Amino acid sequence: MAKVKEKPYFGRAMKRVEDPRLIKGIATYVDDIDLVGMLHAAILRSPHAHARVSSIDTEAAKSHPGVVRVLTGADVNPHCGTIPCASPLPGQNSPDHTVLAGDRVYFVGHPVVVVVAKDKYAARDALDLIEVDYDPLEAVIDPERALEKDSPLTHPDLGTNHAFTWSVGDDPTKLLEQADHIIKVRMVHQRLTPMAIEPRGCVASWDEGQGFLTLWTSTQVPHLVRTLLPGLVGAEENKTRIIAPEVGGGFGSKLQVYAEEVLACHLSRRLGAPVKWIEGRRENAAATIHGRDQIGTYEVGVKKDGTVLAVRSHTIADLGSYLQLLTPAVPTLTGLMLGGCYKIKGVRMDVVGVHTNKMATDAYRGAGRPEAAYAIERLMDIVADELGLDPVAVRLKNMPKPREFPFNTATGLTYDSGNYQRALKEAQRLAGWNALLKQRDRARKAGRLFGVGVSTYVEICALGPSKIMAAGGWEWGSVKIELSGKVTIATGVTPHGQGQETSFAQIAADRLSIPIDDITIYSGDTATSHFGRDTYGSRATALGGTAIVLSIDKVIEKGKAIAALLLQSKPKKMEFKAGSFFVKGRKRNALGWAEIATEAYIAKNIPAGFEPGLEASSFFEPPNCTYPFGTHIVAVEIDRDTGQVKILKYVAVDDCGKQVNPLLVEGQVQGGVLQAIGHALMEQTVYDESGQLLTGEFMDYPLPRASDAPEYVIGSTETPSPSNPLGVKGVGEAGTIGATPAVANAVIDALSPLGVRHVDIPLTPERVWRVIQAAESHPPVSLMVPDEDRKGGRK
Amino acid sequence: MTIPVKVRVNGTLHEESLEPRVLLVHFLRDVCGLTGTHVGCESSICGACTVLIDGQAVKSCTLLAVQADGSEVQTIEGLATDGELHPVQQGFWECHGLQCGYCTPGMIMSGVQLLDRDPKPSRDDIRHGLEGNLCRCTGYGHIIDAIEHAAKQGGRSWRR
Repeated sequence: MAKVKEKPYFGRAMKRVEDPRLIKGIATYVDDIDLVGMLHAAILRSPHAHARVSSIDTEAAKSHPGVVRVLTGADVNPHCGTIPCASPLPGQNSPDHTVLAGDRVYFVGHPVVVVVAKDKYAARDALDLIEVDYDPLEAVIDPERALEKDSPLTHPDLGTNHAFTWSVGDDPTKLLEQADHIIKVRMVHQRLTPMAIEPRGCVASWDEGQGFLTLWTSTQVPHLVRTLLPGLVGAEENKTRIIAPEVGGGFGSKLQVYAEEVLACHLSRRLGAPVKWIEGRRENAAATIHGRDQIGTYEVGVKKDGTVLAVRSHTIADLGSYLQLLTPAVPTLTGLMLGGCYKIKGVRMDVVGVHTNKMATDAYRGAGRPEAAYAIERLMDIVADELGLDPVAVRLKNMPKPREFPFNTATGLTYDSGNYQRALKEAQRLAGWNALLKQRDRARKAGRLFGVGVSTYVEICALGPSKIMAAGGWEWGSVKIELSGKVTIATGVTPHGQGQETSFAQIAADRLSIPIDDITIYSGDTATSHFGRDTYGSRATALGGTAIVLSIDKVIEKGKAIAALLLQSKPKKMEFKAGSFFVKGRKRNALGWAEIATEAYIAKNIPAGFEPGLEASSFFEPPNCTYPFGTHIVAVEIDRDTGQVKILKYVAVDDCGKQVNPLLVEGQVQGGVLQAIGHALMEQTVYDESGQLLTGEFMDYPLPRASDAPEYVIGSTETPSPSNPLGVKGVGEAGTIGATPAVANAVIDALSPLGVRHVDIPLTPERVWRVIQAAESHPPVSLMVPDEDRKGGRK
Repeated sequence: MTIPVKVRVNGTLHEESLEPRVLLVHFLRDVCGLTGTHVGCESSICGACTVLIDGQAVKSCTLLAVQADGSEVQTIEGLATDGELHPVQQGFWECHGLQCGYCTPGMIMSGVQLLDRDPKPSRDDIRHGLEGNLCRCTGYGHIIDAIEHAAKQGGRSWRR
């Protein structure tokens, strides 16, 4: 075996081992899979938000050359289960979610008919030959209107649009009464479309001889799919293999069991051939989950000195027509994190989930936490504005001190570790804070709209202990030292761009003292990664990395047992260091992995009762979630004539605990930040009043382009997490959580000389321009509740 | 009805009879078996399908294969020579210019054209030059670094 480098791999900015196949164009995504006899499915979708399906004529499509089968809901649904929601809330009212529409359609993009053909062109041609008669019904689009008694119904069978009411935190009325001021704001958090560049897609192959189902699918969660999908298509869990090949971006949108995956499996079994379905971009915009979409009213009780006593929110969450896997869970994360990184005695959120005739909302990168961070960070700025205080001073006044960790929140969480002040200070240093404020002063004197925004955020990651998760929050990993001395590691997490083939190899190389090139990481295939809870919620490294570490430690113990026999000593007296097993103090007589592995597998020289082989697997059950945090600082200038926002400076200081590979951390942060800039300034999923989706492709839904990217200034602080032995916290969603409020705060700060207190995102040029026009002709309006209007008066 | 088409792809001549409506990207993927060129939007916006035709970056999802008749097409698979990565590919690797990798082949092909036209672009020139390619993962920062890195290595023309 090659000599081990002294310098640890952990903490090194290394380029990725997965990159060569990706940059050469020889990686395999799901659309690259071609099987013998494979058929192609295409789906006809509803053009209406809400309609009765009065008739479907598929005769012309059936006789189209190349078409093998045309099936409707009546043909398919009786043979398939309904699409699962893994996170129902008590008392929830929700409809059964069938694979294809029955006699009604409930959103634009609802699958109605499937065509299976010998090639994809024929399948698509045949869609145009299907005639569906729809009787359009009134659509439910506005979630507030949906709660009125005389509103039309999304699902008439349910008799209500109200899906659930969920609350967190004690009633803060008394705390609000003690406040010197009450500030009240309504904030509309827009709907977003994830838009991974690779649309969804799958290939299902049913082996009739073995009764075995294989599904290749562009998913973040092959293990969850293997748990939930077999029963929906009459397959057995132990005869189902789910494979996530290369996955071209997820962002939460592939954290699902989708109707199309179930459909493809059913079709393969029914037709006796592999079936491929690849989503088009317009389908992706209409029928892959959306994110966010909350309307909140927020009351903040604050003392004269800026101490925030309580926050109370009533939030309406637009769920869309059906519930997907985690739809109801997303706004509960908003409630749990509403207090942000502050010591607020009273935090209460009541969430009303509402059904509308739109696509389901679910876990889009950040999943409920961006909504919380945005709300509390906007509120901190509004408090500062209303009280005439410095927004940074207000934040510092309300933050817990580093010695107060673990810190218990009013919503029942325990923040594991933190030093919020240090991240803030570091961000101010990198931003050149005082000079930046002087620059703002000069610009304002010259009549320019220049703003500086700050957000100090905290998020909840490494989800999470099983007791708080719907179906297991543990993670699994296995480590095998091969006879050749090479190392094979399988992980239950499913990377799709995050780079764990590299970062996990870094972790393992150090702990095993084996060169990184001798380590291979397997993931994404339920046949090789025997257990897993997959990748979402910034959990992969904290949980999956730890499961590998636990397995390595078991393998080292096995190695010590063999070494003890060979060195005529006892396992307790053995030491493992720098790739060598030796008796303590007798380093000259050392054995390497190759010798130990040979003995372990040849098994002639093993201790009595020793199980041959040199491998181990582990489940890691974390004691707590992790709570990464940070400070983002943004400087912007607004073009007064066009409303266009230009980002002049972007500083992100994130504390994700220990960093395995700082280059990959930086990539995660930059990507998340730009996604959040899109969120704050451009992106919005729009349905018109009849439920037509107006943002059905990239032409209408603006993804940030290279020219929208600022020069990122990326810094970090390191506060290890006590929730796992690696001390890591997770960084996958940090950018999308910390950046949106920072950008919004900067833009609104730029508008504040005009008396503007709040503007809802996205801060598009049009919206900003309109705000400027209105502000110039109207006096500013305070968001502070006048004393005489306060119920119960001031105490 | 089919039409005879002669296209040289990564140096190999392909003579096929194709339906006139077959998209170039489907010809490359399904007929030539070169699946490195990806489909992201089928509407010329995302750029995942970018290839070079006679040195010009084009979006192969909205071009018919018959329109490429008589031309020389280069795809991501043809960029490395004798196992040696093109400087733009190397730049993407060195600078962590990719995460999920789906937009990457198109992004690299656009980067090759960009450096062909301007061997020493500024960071803003690179931003502008890559406007036709969408990436949802990286925030473009490391992609801009990657093209800069390649420029410093002297780039290399698509022509061999």
